[in-house]
Amino acid sequence: MMGLGFVLGIYLPIAEISVNVFVLFFMGAAVGFLSGMFGVGGGFLITPLLIFYNIPPAVAVATGANQVIASSFSGALTHFKRGTLDFKLGSLLVIGGVVGAGVGIYVFVLLRELGQLDLIVSLLYVVFLSTIGGLMLYESVQAMRRTRAGQLATLKKPGQHNWVHKLPFKMRFRASKIYVSIIPVMVLGAAIGFLSSIMGVGGGFIMVPAMIYLLKVPTNVVIGTSLYQIVFVTAFTTVMQATTNQSVDIVLAMLLMTGGVVGAQYGARIGQKLRGEQLRALLALLVLAVGLRLAIELFVTPDDLYSITLAMASGA
Amino acid sequence: MMMMIAVRALALIVPILAGQGALAQQPVNKETVEIGLSTDTIAITSGFRGTDLTVFGALDNADPLIQRQGRYDIVVILEGPARNFVVRRKDRYFGIWVNAESVSFQHIPASYSLASTRSLQDITTPKIFRQLSLGVNNIFYEPAPDGFGSSEALQEFTTELPRLKLKQQLYSQRMGDVQFLSSTLFRATLSLPANVPVGKHVARAYLFRNGEFLRESATSLNIVKAGLEFRIYRAANQHSLLYGLFAVFLAVLTGWMGRLVFRKD
Repeated sequence: MMGLGFVLGIYLPIAEISVNVFVLFFMGAAVGFLSGMFGVGGGFLITPLLIFYNIPPAVAVATGANQVIASSFSGALTHFKRGTLDFKLGSLLVIGGVVGAGVGIYVFVLLRELGQLDLIVSLLYVVFLSTIGGLMLYESVQAMRRTRAGQLATLKKPGQHNWVHKLPFKMRFRASKIYVSIIPVMVLGAAIGFLSSIMGVGGGFIMVPAMIYLLKVPTNVVIGTSLYQIVFVTAFTTVMQATTNQSVDIVLAMLLMTGGVVGAQYGARIGQKLRGEQLRALLALLVLAVGLRLAIELFVTPDDLYSITLAMASGA
Repeated sequence: MMMMIAVRALALIVPILAGQGALAQQPVNKETVEIGLSTDTIAITSGFRGTDLTVFGALDNADPLIQRQGRYDIVVILEGPARNFVVRRKDRYFGIWVNAESVSFQHIPASYSLASTRSLQDITTPKIFRQLSLGVNNIFYEPAPDGFGSSEALQEFTTELPRLKLKQQLYSQRMGDVQFLSSTLFRATLSLPANVPVGKHVARAYLFRNGEFLRESATSLNIVKAGLEFRIYRAANQHSLLYGLFAVFLAVLTGWMGRLVFRKD
């Protein structure tokens, strides 16, 4: 399928299919490039791409979570050194995340037994990718218009209080300079953990806007704190997936991570040269395209209406 | 990384001529059929793309007249380990294709490969094949208790099961792939698909004379997977906690190495 003069096949022990080493390496590099350029984890792109490449969705999700650890860990380290990381807030998010991921794994197993996992994973991706992509596109187009009109392009300024600040059990977070109820913090952490285990994502694409707009966390500590939470929650998810579903493919994860680490470096360099709004519009279009591709597959009549799988519950 | 794609040990099969003397004393139907495998274990590496398995066998004490007329038929099968399966059908809801009705089956051979001297309908009657559970369409596809909604569904999914298995190449039937090499020696060529399940497989030979079933003989074969990828697979299943922790460790290490190699700050 590739124009390369040689093709190097490798057998994935858990996905149980033979794949091309270069395709996966470049897939990891491309997503790593994008994640470096846009500052996102890339899990929400890796998992659908793996599904397009015929990796079973259960393996794509579990391995996606594993792959996210690598990029998030190196990002979190950078923020730790710069001191742009709120440990107290991050740790509370981790606790919520572990609870959410635990529930997520349970739902994952249940859906797999019911034979509905592939469908739900696709549906969740379609909903999230089209919502996030749509919002990002709208926001970046607005920003571009404003720039053209001669105004300063800025994101909406956080700072005004909202309903979140009326909730009880308030706690002070010094690094973030916020005084906020722990309820939304835990709920947010749990929601991200749940998505991490079902979708194989880090969840930064939801966490970052939620922290900025809901919790009013200053932008400079948002990324570091979010990455800190993602490292722990995806690590927890990986171990849970490995023990309950045996669906983490180390060989696949290594190929993606190696590509990702290399790609991210170049992506970050290019990202610094491009303008923010244009970058966001570009990513929005990409996210929408992946979502659309997944959506089409839900509606197209499958080649074979019948399928056969090993029964899991009764155990052989 | 170079991948070696090879079948480690192809079963070399030799005719087993034992038991000839004892059975020769029987007055009628003194013909015997034997198949033998030179090895009881086949190790396949993970790059295995499927292969033919050649089984040699012997037909002894055959009536030379019937043999000249070609009225002896042999069917050889290789049956994989029994597993439980779920067959599902997709239906359309609001335009989306969703797995809807399903039927659970139990004790279904995970793989089934058949070779015969001639096409099955020329060997004997469908009734005898059914009695012997011989052939893809005659295997007893046992539903799991409470595994199905209605008898119509059961009937529908019971016909779909072998079709899906044939499509996955886990089931196969090869007519004319049992050939006599001499008056006693025959060779059966069976298919071992790339996705052949590991575990205990049973090879059986069925002997027919003039459409009458005489006897069968069986031998077993263990299929195991070998190689690094399979060791990883086994680790993931048997030591899943350690495997998961190792996966996390590898990811952290990769992330950290990436930072060291491309240090910017």
